[in-house]
Amino acid sequence: MEIIMSVAIGFLFMAAVYLMLSKSLIRIIIGTGLLSHGAHLLLLTMGGLGGNSPPVVADGVSISDYADPLPQALILTAIVISFAVTSFFLVLAYRSYQELGTDNMDLLRGTEDHE
Amino acid sequence: MSNLLLFPIIIPLFFAVILMIFPKRLKLQRILAAIGAGVTLISAIVLLAKVDADGVQAVTLGSWPAPFGISMVSDPLSALLVVTSSIITLFVVFYSFPTIGVKREQSYYYPAVLFLMVGVNGAFTTGDIFNLFVFVEVLLMASYTLIVHGGEKPQLRESIKYLLVNIISSALFVAAVAFLYSVTGTLNMADLAVKIPQIEETGILTVIAVMFLVVFGFKAAIFPLYFWLPGSYYSPPIPILALFGALLTKVGVYAIMRTYTLFFTMNVGFTHELLGIIAILTILAGCVGALAYFDVKKIIIYNIIIAVGVILFGIAQLNQPGVDGSIFYLLHDMLIKAALFFLVGIVAVLFGTTDLRKMGGLIKTYPVLGWTYLVAAFGLAGIPPLSGFPGKLLIVQGGFEGPQFWGSIVILATSLIVLLSAVRIFIYAFWGEPVETVPLKGSVFNQMFIPTVILVAITVVFGVGAELFMPFISGAGEVLLNPSIYIDAVLKE
Repeated sequence: MEIIMSVAIGFLFMAAVYLMLSKSLIRIIIGTGLLSHGAHLLLLTMGGLGGNSPPVVADGVSISDYADPLPQALILTAIVISFAVTSFFLVLAYRSYQELGTDNMDLLRGTEDHE
Repeated sequence: MSNLLLFPIIIPLFFAVILMIFPKRLKLQRILAAIGAGVTLISAIVLLAKVDADGVQAVTLGSWPAPFGISMVSDPLSALLVVTSSIITLFVVFYSFPTIGVKREQSYYYPAVLFLMVGVNGAFTTGDIFNLFVFVEVLLMASYTLIVHGGEKPQLRESIKYLLVNIISSALFVAAVAFLYSVTGTLNMADLAVKIPQIEETGILTVIAVMFLVVFGFKAAIFPLYFWLPGSYYSPPIPILALFGALLTKVGVYAIMRTYTLFFTMNVGFTHELLGIIAILTILAGCVGALAYFDVKKIIIYNIIIAVGVILFGIAQLNQPGVDGSIFYLLHDMLIKAALFFLVGIVAVLFGTTDLRKMGGLIKTYPVLGWTYLVAAFGLAGIPPLSGFPGKLLIVQGGFEGPQFWGSIVILATSLIVLLSAVRIFIYAFWGEPVETVPLKGSVFNQMFIPTVILVAITVVFGVGAELFMPFISGAGEVLLNPSIYIDAVLKE
């Protein structure tokens, strides 16, 4: 199972890198979304996929049956952080499209008095 | 009081939250921001005295036993860094009053500065690798708002790149933490330091060590990963630039120092030699940039990159003079970079431009400013009585004692380039034919100049009185070189 997950995460990273190397800003933001999905799934996979019960204390479940609760807490933290950063990035993209009139990264180069 | 080490994190957090309630009350914003930064500084100094008297302070939140809860650890190095970053934030707040502009001040500028302080102090104090990630995100989020604050066109353009680079490095940080967790099964730094030497397959750990170098290298702007820094740091106004230049890259440097002395010591022959080579390349790349530009901000920005290389070279030696020198140089560099950005900020305001070729003759009208700048420039280059000297001396000594003696030669040679780049600003802006300056009210000038002079004076005291500070610094170096002190303090129960 971990092998399949690793391959899937690899695909997510590959797609993310491909999108982030493109010219359009919105494709770059979609790339960052895929990158954080990949990172979160990696965290889940690397914690081990054993354990059949959700980490909630219940009757009749032995300790070895619980899934590892720590990676889930880490992912939850990482998800809200990347959610906040992504929303900031989207608003920034919107504002810069309004102000600068382009979403092409090639046209967003240099400084005003470029030497 | 065992919770003392949390005060430098909680106090600015409290003040930042209070300040968000009334963004338009200008006077109250200023006063409360200054009080918040000042109280934080006082608590940081008390913390440093406590750490110096009683040894490493550690508290695990929620009274859980150590590897299970989140540990906060204050050893001499982190206490020194917290004090230095609090000093700088306080001066940045004072310097912001005349320079940042009322419109920015009324749109949550001071809360953002204080949140940045929360993130920086937290990142220096934490003893948990995932908590470090969270504090780094806190300071990055505050830095995103500050870098785009005001919404001018260059700021918008450059902050897109800054955001993108940091999102990528944060995702890599999560991935690196995931790998480290799967290998060791713990996230507490002290527990990691215990578990890592027990693992026999060092190959995977070396890979993770290099991955962490990439992650923190993005933040610290080391050689192949520094490309985002010159453009991004060029766009925001001077007080924000001083805050970033003094604090943000240093968090990455601190994280490399911590991870490469505490737990990635299993394959020193590879990882630390790599770090040493990258440090030297970073210095050379920074030197090229520092000489290439006729722009006061660009010159100082490239000097940040040079200093990062010098500090990391000292750490890579992993011997006592190298590590002590790195710590001294790190503290010196945070102070002197803030002072230099303040000074070039005043110069840029006076001429209305940052282009050196349009400046000249300022020494006749502003002699005190000129001599203060010269002192700061000499301090940056490491002229003996000033603060850059003892750190660089120890780093060079560490290099000669360690395996990479050629690196010390490069550092000595590049010191001349640093001196040249800093003195070039002096020659262009202060000598030569006077150029017409923008008229500036004396009170505004004083408001900008007084914090700057005090900061330069602090760096002079730091250099001349190096003997006074050496006990703290060698104490910090001792903890870095003997991780058992750190481990025992955290896992004592």
